[in-house]
Amino acid sequence: MKKIYLDYAATTPVDPRVVKAMLPYFSQKFGNTMSLHQFGREQAEVVEKSRKIIADFIGAKNPEEIIFTSSATESNNLALKGLAFANRFKKKNHLIVSRIEHDCVLESSHWLKSQGFEIDYLSVDRDGFVDLSELKKLIKKNTLLVSVIHGNNEIGTMQDIEAIGKICQEKNVYFHTDASQSYGKIEIDVNKMNIDLLTASSHKVYGPKGVGILYVKKGVLIEPILHGGGHENKLRSSTVNVPGIVGFAKATEILKKEGKKENKKLSKMRDYLINKLRKSIKKTRLNGHPIKRLSNNINMSFFGAEGESLVLELDSQGVMVSTGSACSSKTLVPSHVLLAIGLKPQEAHGSLRISLGRFTKKTDINYAIKQIINTVKKIRKISIFSYE
Amino acid sequence: MSNTFYTEETIEHFRHPHNFGEIKSPDGYGEAGNIICGDIMSLYLKIRESKNKEIISDVKFRTYGCAAAIATSSVVTDLVKGKTIEEALKISKNNIVKTLKGLPPIKIHCSILAIDALSEALFQYLKKHKRKIPPELKKKHEHVEKEKKSIDERYRHWQLRK
Ligand code: FES
Repeated sequence: MKKIYLDYAATTPVDPRVVKAMLPYFSQKFGNTMSLHQFGREQAEVVEKSRKIIADFIGAKNPEEIIFTSSATESNNLALKGLAFANRFKKKNHLIVSRIEHDCVLESSHWLKSQGFEIDYLSVDRDGFVDLSELKKLIKKNTLLVSVIHGNNEIGTMQDIEAIGKICQEKNVYFHTDASQSYGKIEIDVNKMNIDLLTASSHKVYGPKGVGILYVKKGVLIEPILHGGGHENKLRSSTVNVPGIVGFAKATEILKKEGKKENKKLSKMRDYLINKLRKSIKKTRLNGHPIKRLSNNINMSFFGAEGESLVLELDSQGVMVSTGSACSSKTLVPSHVLLAIGLKPQEAHGSLRISLGRFTKKTDINYAIKQIINTVKKIRKISIFSYE
Repeated sequence: MSNTFYTEETIEHFRHPHNFGEIKSPDGYGEAGNIICGDIMSLYLKIRESKNKEIISDVKFRTYGCAAAIATSSVVTDLVKGKTIEEALKISKNNIVKTLKGLPPIKIHCSILAIDALSEALFQYLKKHKRKIPPELKKKHEHVEKEKKSIDERYRHWQLRK
């Protein structure tokens, strides 16, 4: 049976070129970056080389501005909590986060609230763009940080990061963006965009799992969450994951060389898929902005066909996608992102997220289209609602 | 960690549900909804008298819901077919879960949907024929009715197929 993976937003396979670059760093070159001897030094060197590659890729001036972490979740936790705790005695205890952040940002903000910080949630419009005039109004004297996700992981909408950065700079507050999905999908320049902190993750860009970065602009102080041997400029103790970091750097080099072409191809396939589904299936809705979206993201609602059913039936046909439906979540509440863009719970109930990637072929797309059309038809047939 | 995946039996019923569709002029019809996730289900009964007993001779369902909701709908129709009213009244969610060889804990509530729809259909039948209604059934009916109100509100703009 065919196996077609269209869930690249969840995670990606490691590119064979990345695997090749990583391999020597398991058994041959295994030293600890903190050791003084040659095995240790050799490791420290390759980590610094990797740091430079990633810094360059996002336009950071100093490689030291990149902190290696274990994941985007850790980076986001470190950004919010680290900054909040570094500033807690400066009467700056107010944070603003958007309503469509990834859970790790939202949960970190909830935890900070429980620790006495003040949090405001920034609304978004029907397409998922944050309300810039509301942002201006929310910023107060004691505001420390604004955190807005760059490319949304569910609906794909790409924020106007530069405009948000500009507001934050004018108002003199820090700006953090979670770029886990957008890294490599669009050019990022942290200085031009006025970004103070930025999160990215290796496994979303054909690198290994277990590696992330947090960019922290020079002069921005954060408190570490992990204390210990003082790795990563004393900001993140833990023995350094050298093979992972080498892999992330290699994945970044590939993006730098091939990203433009790849994204062009992806957005073409994306639009083809969207148009085909819209033409062939009645009562659908495209969630997120039609053009200003991640090159590989499709999110559609099929009214009256519940999302978990769609995902499982498609899985039986060999097509792997995901959903924001209530029935698939642990709380039985639909995705907070779909609710934030104004979908009624019953509309969010029938959503599918289809995300394409480097190894997706046109024939895969055509097979998936066929299966999605059949599956929606099948599930709607069982449904109590009528679509004619 | 508890299992979050479906059993083979559940997937089989979900992918090839038995008895879905509707019955024209049914003898009993019930609708139930789940206010937590927003899923809804309808159940149709055909009831025949044979040898002085009322037997459920046909049953059909329609469900808008997750895979577990569809699978449990299918199972409940299997379980009631050919049964007397008294027997059907005794079917519980445990019977359904057992037939499916278990459901993930978070999906147990989905099987209540099927039981509620069945109870509603039986309630309606008994009421139509001015028969005595067991107190538990009446209580269940009141509960389902209340939940249904909020569900109906949610789907106000949607067209039910009847
Ligand atoms: S019926 Fe909604 S989660 Fe199963």
